[in-house]
Amino acid sequence: MKSVRIIPCLDVDNGRVVKGVNFLDLRDAGDPVELAAHYDSQGADELIFLDIAASPQAQQTMVDVVHRTAEQVFIPFTVGGGIRSLEDARRILRAGADKVSINTAAIERPELVTELAEEFGRQCVVVAVDAKRSEKDSGKFEVFSHGGRTATGLDAKNWIQEVVQRGAGEILQTSMDKDGTLDGFDLEMLRELGRECSVPLIASGGVGNLEHLVEGVTNGGADAVLAASIFHFGDHTIPEAKKHMKEAGILVRPHR
Amino acid sequence: MTGVPLIAVLDYGIGNLRSAQKALEHLGAEALLTDNEETINRADALVLPGVGSFGRCISALEETGLRELTKAAAQEAAEGGRPFLGICVGLQMLHERSEETPGLEGLGVIDGEVELISGVDKLPQMQWNLLKTESHPMFEGSEQESWTYFVHSYAAPINYNTVATCVYGTEVCAAIAQNNLWATQFHPEKSGKVGLRILENFVSLAGVDL
Repeated sequence: MKSVRIIPCLDVDNGRVVKGVNFLDLRDAGDPVELAAHYDSQGADELIFLDIAASPQAQQTMVDVVHRTAEQVFIPFTVGGGIRSLEDARRILRAGADKVSINTAAIERPELVTELAEEFGRQCVVVAVDAKRSEKDSGKFEVFSHGGRTATGLDAKNWIQEVVQRGAGEILQTSMDKDGTLDGFDLEMLRELGRECSVPLIASGGVGNLEHLVEGVTNGGADAVLAASIFHFGDHTIPEAKKHMKEAGILVRPHR
Repeated sequence: MTGVPLIAVLDYGIGNLRSAQKALEHLGAEALLTDNEETINRADALVLPGVGSFGRCISALEETGLRELTKAAAQEAAEGGRPFLGICVGLQMLHERSEETPGLEGLGVIDGEVELISGVDKLPQMQWNLLKTESHPMFEGSEQESWTYFVHSYAAPINYNTVATCVYGTEVCAAIAQNNLWATQFHPEKSGKVGLRILENFVSLAGVDL
């Protein structure tokens, strides 16, 4: 049976969660570890920490966050942002993360994907692909690096095929057109890029309500759905999301 | 036996071993990540985690000089001796060989070959899945519906010692038990409350009530 994972994403800047988090029942909603434990208890299937500072100093802070998270959160979690070498990945994984996500570093040196897969296994390697609709070619999508700021000229479909061939175990696919809009995933992009993707694909960018999560799966074909704002702002909870998806006929791990 | 059980989590340089250690500590056991023979020998129970490929894990076990010791410990557990738990590739390595790395010998404590999962369009199976369980101490106190987290492309054969399966394309071996030798294809240390319960059952097998 295929079940769909719901994955909250936490943006972390020097050890603090950013993007206003609004939970009254947390002692310290800015603490990524406490927030991770909260989502775990709510029934999140996985978590992603995105280190948005991504400086060497911030990375040490992230290692500490991972260390503390591993002591109290017993669901899988991925760390992305600032991982540029095997050594960076090793520190994060040894601290207790299950997967690392790379983006710009893979574009600059695609061999890194191969090296990570050989060293840690492909199940550890998530490649994040930020893409925008091409202005020149309709139906084409272009990969962006550096947090969506830099056009790379890479065709997203080809790029996904290349990284999967190199050993990516999962693709985190974000629509730069939709990210932050709250008006839903770019379903056409999901379908187009997911069609020939032989590894699981996580849809990201644009979720503003629970129906968007459903569409990402039924209409976009995603294997997992990532959301930030709708959960962080307290608009919706993970159990609500699971209930909504289940009612739409999607198999999800039931919330206890 | 009294006091806190000592569980040795075999450290042979593979991936994230800390999660298994922390989950066992969370349950009140003393868990050490170790490749030290003396520590391994005096532990009340052993855990063999494993992520990545079959070949890489077997080679790493050889490189750290733990292969024979691990094999003997698993054999002993299968005969009713000191408890031993294999996790993910740790389960696969207990078998004779794997289609993933042809020509390489596994530990051979459990008969059969690990094979690629067939009949699905996405591999690895990277998701939570519902277990179909036999009545076994591994699942004592578990909820009616036990969902656990899987990450794998290869699976062990379903056999007389299979105690749980899940469905992914086809029916897939999810857990094995032979006396005190337990092994799970899923990650109990990453399967929330359900997984912690399984680990707790394993720790009590070491003869210590938490």
